Amino acid sequence: MAPEGFTLNYTAVVIAGIVGFVGMAIMFAASFILSPKKRTPLKDMPYECGIPPAPYSWSQLHMRYYIFAILFLIFDVEAVFLFPWAVVFLTSIDAVFYEMLLFIAILFFGIIYSWKKGVLQWK
Amino acid sequence: MLLDVALLVALSLTLLTALSVVVLSLVWIERKFLGRIQMRMGPMHVGPFGLLQPVADAIKLMAKEDLLSSWVDRVIYWVAPLVVFVPVLMIWVTIPVARDLVIRNLDLGLFYIIAFSVLSIVGLVAAGWASSNKYAVLGGFRAAAQLVSYEIPLILAVLGVAMLAQSMNLVQVVNEQNVWVYALIQPLGLVIFFIAGLAELGRTPFDIHPAESEVVGGPFVEYSGAHWSVFFLAEYINTFAIAALTVLLYFGGWLFPGLPGDVPIISLAVFLAKTYLVILVIFWIRGTYPRLRIDQLMSLGWKVLVPLAFVNILMTGAYLFYGWPAWVLSLLSVAVLAATVWGLSKAMRTAPRPEVTVRIYNPTSEAGHAG
Repeated sequence: MAPEGFTLNYTAVVIAGIVGFVGMAIMFAASFILSPKKRTPLKDMPYECGIPPAPYSWSQLHMRYYIFAILFLIFDVEAVFLFPWAVVFLTSIDAVFYEMLLFIAILFFGIIYSWKKGVLQWK
Repeated sequence: MLLDVALLVALSLTLLTALSVVVLSLVWIERKFLGRIQMRMGPMHVGPFGLLQPVADAIKLMAKEDLLSSWVDRVIYWVAPLVVFVPVLMIWVTIPVARDLVIRNLDLGLFYIIAFSVLSIVGLVAAGWASSNKYAVLGGFRAAAQLVSYEIPLILAVLGVAMLAQSMNLVQVVNEQNVWVYALIQPLGLVIFFIAGLAELGRTPFDIHPAESEVVGGPFVEYSGAHWSVFFLAEYINTFAIAALTVLLYFGGWLFPGLPGDVPIISLAVFLAKTYLVILVIFWIRGTYPRLRIDQLMSLGWKVLVPLAFVNILMTGAYLFYGWPAWVLSLLSVAVLAATVWGLSKAMRTAPRPEVTVRIYNPTSEAGHAG
């Protein structure tokens, strides 16, 4: 059973998204009508501070970005668990609080471990 | 139901208009304020005190040619600004500007805001990637790394507030602050939230991804005209959102001692006054600090702010669970902050300098060389 106003709440969210989308689309259309359109070969080139651009710029990404993305995933999922806990732990039994302390301790150990491993060093 | 939907559409349109006006005001304030910081006048020719300058800028942007290099990945290139802008607008559905002035007061408000604020990262990476420009690709990666890293301390700081208020409903959070604002109870959380928030905005001193002197504008290099202005709009609405959240979470929102908290006009005035003060601090920081290097930025995020955020949660949890008086938490927070500042300044001072050995060629003193 959904709580009262649930449907309306999330309808509002969707509508705001649609309004944002359509509003910006209208702006693009207005700009399309107003703006001059004059293509030249030079305007066709990507900007690279004046030198002729290299033909292929979709470079591979460095490993370190990937590591930070994984770290982010771990802690973001943790937050998903922490938020429901944050609003109920005072009204639940005591074990709930201590259990979450254990959970946070494990994660904290994780960040210390990755620190010692040198993962957090941007090099 | 149909009436409800029509009302919601009208409210969303009002929101979009109000935020556009706010953005115009922010642009003017920023330029004027930065101007005064640098002992210039700022905009002063268009309209009284240059007030119409942002309007002129907006018209200029609309009438500008929308350049599109023939190398870009067209679909992603067109969609990326929208992916950045739409979540930023959607956040505002649940940010209350007075007790009853909010489109829908979601029970999961804080959670919703955090969930949607992450979505913009996708747009920035997509913009960088689709531009087919080396600087843009680099800027996109940088944006991903930076925003993702600072999301963690931001989330954990907000969690501290959710714990104190025992609610994720923003109106509830503000009502809980009618005695003591959370900035006094939990100063550590405020500092973490504000620094991480600045980093989320990509504003100085954390503007690593649009760094003009390094990646010449980052993901936005290839954008111009209306498409660029959507990024710009999103950035300013986001700035306003972070300032508004700082006020709501830590400075008691529309509450002010001696003023009624249930008269919409007074509440709105108090809220706007507080928010614009926070905005001025953000602009002040922009006018004062140089940009961080990217390794400093990541170190600050992961080695300082994330552990601090954990400490903040643990302290808040213990304070609530064992029922300590509030001043204990304040004192602990301040102590941790002071220790951090001390540790940081020490670490910065003792950072090893690269050793430079200077060798001067002197043929007469080279013993054993001549033999």
